[in-house]
Amino acid sequence: MELNAKIPPGPLKDKWSYYKDHAKLVNPANRKKLEVIVVGTGLAGSSAAASLAEMGYKVKSFCFQDSARRAHSVAAQGGVNAAKNYKNDGDSVYRMFYDTIKGGDFRSREANVYRLAECSLALIDQAVAQGVPFGREYGGYLNNRSFGGVQVSRTFYSRGQTGQQLLLGAYQALIRQVAAKTVHLHTRHEMLELVVVEGKARGIIVRNLDTGEIERHSAHAVILATGGFGKIYYLSTLAMGCNASAIWRAHKKGALMASPSWTQIHPTSLPQSGGYQSKLTLMSESLRNDGRIWVPLKKEDPRKPNDIPEQERDYYLERRYPAFGNLAPRDISSRAAKERIDAGFGIGAQKNAVYLDFSKAIREQGKEKIKEKYGNLFSMYQKITDIDAYAEPMMISPAAHFSMGGLWVDYELMTTVPGLFALGEANFADHGANRLGANSLLQACVDGYFVAPYTVSNYLAEEIKTGAIDANRPEFIAAENNAKELLNRLASIKGNKTADYYHKKLGKLLYDHCGLSRNREGLNYAIAEIKKLQEDFYANLAVPGSAQEMNGELEKAGRVADYLEVAQLMCYDALTREESCGAHFREEHQTPEGEALRNDEKFCFVSAWGWNGPDEEPLLVPEPLTFENVNLTVRSYK
Amino acid sequence: MKVFLKIWRQKDAKAEGKLVDYEMDDVIPHMSFLEMMDTLNEKLIVQGEHPVEFDHDCREGICGQCGVMINGRAHGPLKNTTTCQLHMRSFKDGDTIYIEPFRAEAFPVKRDLKVDRSAFDRIIGAGGFVSVNTGQAPEANSIPVTHEMAESAFDSAACIGCGACVATCKNSSAALFTSAKISHLVKLPQGKLEARKRALTMVAQMDRENFGHCSNTEACEVECPQHISVLNIARMNWEFAKAKVLK
Amino acid sequence: MKKELISTLSRKYLMALTGLFLCFFLVIHLLGNFQLFLPPDQARESFNGYSKLLSGNIFIKAISYILYASIIIHSLDALLITLFNRKKAGKYEYDKRGAASKWYSRNMGILGTIILVFLIFHFKDFWYQYKFGALPVDAAGNKDLYEIVIRAYADLWYVLFYVLAMFALGYHLLHGFYSAARTVGLYHPKYVNLVRVFGTWYSYIITFGFAAIPLYIYFTHY
Repeated sequence: MELNAKIPPGPLKDKWSYYKDHAKLVNPANRKKLEVIVVGTGLAGSSAAASLAEMGYKVKSFCFQDSARRAHSVAAQGGVNAAKNYKNDGDSVYRMFYDTIKGGDFRSREANVYRLAECSLALIDQAVAQGVPFGREYGGYLNNRSFGGVQVSRTFYSRGQTGQQLLLGAYQALIRQVAAKTVHLHTRHEMLELVVVEGKARGIIVRNLDTGEIERHSAHAVILATGGFGKIYYLSTLAMGCNASAIWRAHKKGALMASPSWTQIHPTSLPQSGGYQSKLTLMSESLRNDGRIWVPLKKEDPRKPNDIPEQERDYYLERRYPAFGNLAPRDISSRAAKERIDAGFGIGAQKNAVYLDFSKAIREQGKEKIKEKYGNLFSMYQKITDIDAYAEPMMISPAAHFSMGGLWVDYELMTTVPGLFALGEANFADHGANRLGANSLLQACVDGYFVAPYTVSNYLAEEIKTGAIDANRPEFIAAENNAKELLNRLASIKGNKTADYYHKKLGKLLYDHCGLSRNREGLNYAIAEIKKLQEDFYANLAVPGSAQEMNGELEKAGRVADYLEVAQLMCYDALTREESCGAHFREEHQTPEGEALRNDEKFCFVSAWGWNGPDEEPLLVPEPLTFENVNLTVRSYK
Repeated sequence: MKVFLKIWRQKDAKAEGKLVDYEMDDVIPHMSFLEMMDTLNEKLIVQGEHPVEFDHDCREGICGQCGVMINGRAHGPLKNTTTCQLHMRSFKDGDTIYIEPFRAEAFPVKRDLKVDRSAFDRIIGAGGFVSVNTGQAPEANSIPVTHEMAESAFDSAACIGCGACVATCKNSSAALFTSAKISHLVKLPQGKLEARKRALTMVAQMDRENFGHCSNTEACEVECPQHISVLNIARMNWEFAKAKVLK
Repeated sequence: MKKELISTLSRKYLMALTGLFLCFFLVIHLLGNFQLFLPPDQARESFNGYSKLLSGNIFIKAISYILYASIIIHSLDALLITLFNRKKAGKYEYDKRGAASKWYSRNMGILGTIILVFLIFHFKDFWYQYKFGALPVDAAGNKDLYEIVIRAYADLWYVLFYVLAMFALGYHLLHGFYSAARTVGLYHPKYVNLVRVFGTWYSYIITFGFAAIPLYIYFTHY
């Protein structure tokens, strides 16, 4: 199998224009005959569904939450990047492209990344027009701030709730189409199966989570915008319902998964405080603009943070990476924190955290200014920990956050199943081995607002004569039976261990062996252990009730069943990549100073994986990466 | 610590519900309220009982999915806090805790503590948007907005749609929710063009959805996790009157 | 879902506008009543003359019809709103929602009912007497309403009933005044605060001003 990324010809900066100029179009009269399914209502899903409906396509939109506004894009705090150069600090589309490629440790596609930077300009315009209340200067113009991994200010923000505000903009655009009856929105519906007819994606099987009913939905194209699966680690910054099920079930129907093990571990989350814990709350990375990260120079220092004098503190990021300091990229900051914690300098009751200190910023800018910038984060911190961060430093710790990996897509964001598209965090495309802060909101929006409308149209142009897709075709019935079989299997085990029990065990295995750092022995061990856990799961799982009613435990069990398979693929992915790059740090491949050591000769490719069945090893299909516009350098933030 | 729970159990929308007693011996003060509920459910599942269905997702106070009445208060005893951000340290050893769903004619119970809040989506659908299609937007800085106005619009836009305002209102009024969107959009030049139509259609939809009248008790502002100000309601009233008079 | 003829907001507007008119009337009423604090002879002359003036003026007559209408509309609208709200409101097994708001803001209906009951007595005592009763005549030849006022407050329990009713009115105003301002759309934070302070002082002055009259008369005349 050969992968074709379908990158348009021409110079880098003209590729997207070239594509748009040559993409096939669909006549407005024909659009209303064509149906598109969009799964997920986060930024990518809402924006794609709204944009396609505005164009005249018939759209069916699905989400498992009880309202489209609750998708997890809502939780992104810090901001969204755009190369507007409003600060006159030398920013440009190229520079943003370069920062993103470099931030991703040269493991992403040049053309995709350039398009991301290029479309960032239009996104800010679009969001402002929708009424997103971005932070403003006193003169009335848009303000921005700097974020980890870059040296310019290009991050637009709505206080500490940028994701919420952008999502509400997209949600409102979507709901506007729902009210206009151009989008049929199904909330509380979870996708269980992808239906492939004659090699093309033609529909999905969903379960109504309120009633347990199984439904078939057909369309001419299917878009998955179902987000990331960092929740596989159980403890993560993600929402409880985030899952891999939609993309995983599509994977089993032929869509390749790319780099599934590349998970961003976010450096500024709240530390775990006990075994009952269900999630790790993120503190926006924007805090690192004004906060300084440190640990005591002395191991197990019993003093309170404010009692430790300046000269006995180790500002390890400023020490190791003087050029970027506290704004070093996420993978590097997380690893540096783990290094200090593992060396015994961790702080807090569980010795699993580092300090994030605002005393200098408060001294220099005043408490009011800090409050205006981060007020909601500080009060959130106080609610959770009972500590006033204006008076003493925050305690933070790394936590699983973002999946750089996902369904493999080409330049058109189409997977290896024709007619199946993957948008936003659900795909692998733009972030390489490490995502830069404030690029995830951007990617989700750009995919949904600006890329999918062109590329999906280009695909649908060939479907004008197809006619309505019959949901009673044998492929639909088979897929429905398949979905029901799994649900009934899970509901009938009637064992004595909950889905959460398995999820927590799996999460710990992954965090320890396929997390911030990995090695051959650990990964092999993890694969063997996950297989054992999987056997145990199907023998002893407890799901009360049946599949024919509202059943939250059954939903969880289905997701964990998929996680147990995804986890194995993640370990294979990590095991076969004999280099360190971005978030993927193989202990066997590091410099004497403990920095990541890339191997561009052998591993300058994306690992795409095919499904070979439950008991078979996955099939590796590499997509070579070619760099024509940047030199592959050692990523240095010193 | 030990707590006694009285939780509303109701099999489906049509069934009769009742409060059922549970005891929890192993509660840790640092647990969040929902983690306490997780722990209870773990126990119930192992005993083969159906766990308590409750809404939750992000567990960091922003998605608006969680929300129950705890001891007769929306989102529990703390002001301006979601259920997921409430921690067990807010309770004492030996406390009895009543847990009920958010109740209103407009929010029918689906199962146990889960309610149907789709009325909110329909209110937004009635006009809670700027009618701009993808691709139509002008250059962002061509629409200046003063710093103060942007911040004020943000304050209104911060609503998470949890429904606590309705649940705590003695009249089950959705005035705070509806007004927050009306006033978010009217404060910005982008939203001004459609302000009159929006005020009329959103209020009409709010009424159609079976919410009660606002009687300005201001309980909604106290319980609102985002501290949305009741002055938004005044703004809605103003915009509504203006639209009626100038229609 | 049937379409409501009149929106919830319009109904609230009606409450607010009639309420604000009644608030304005209370000021005029109280100013007139302050004449009762004059020395008895002077008070009798002045108060009776004032009453005559009010009853003879066509403009005041028109205002009085607006007043009657306001009272009736305010009460009926309140009844409708309350019944409507009761149907829509959620009911809890265990309810501590009151902790989030002031008691009098939640009990405007009860306070209003007390005021309405009081009004029936009040109208019977003075308005009915003045219009249809056989009143003595003072030195200037005016109907001696002053005498009726003095006689009305002869009993302590009746004085206390009046004072109590004034406190019900006070709490009703304390919420009602700025609530009305909000309903008609006063949203600027600066003026909202001003109105709140003004409304609080207004409520105090109306309450204590009206409550002082029966007490003053009881203690000076009996």
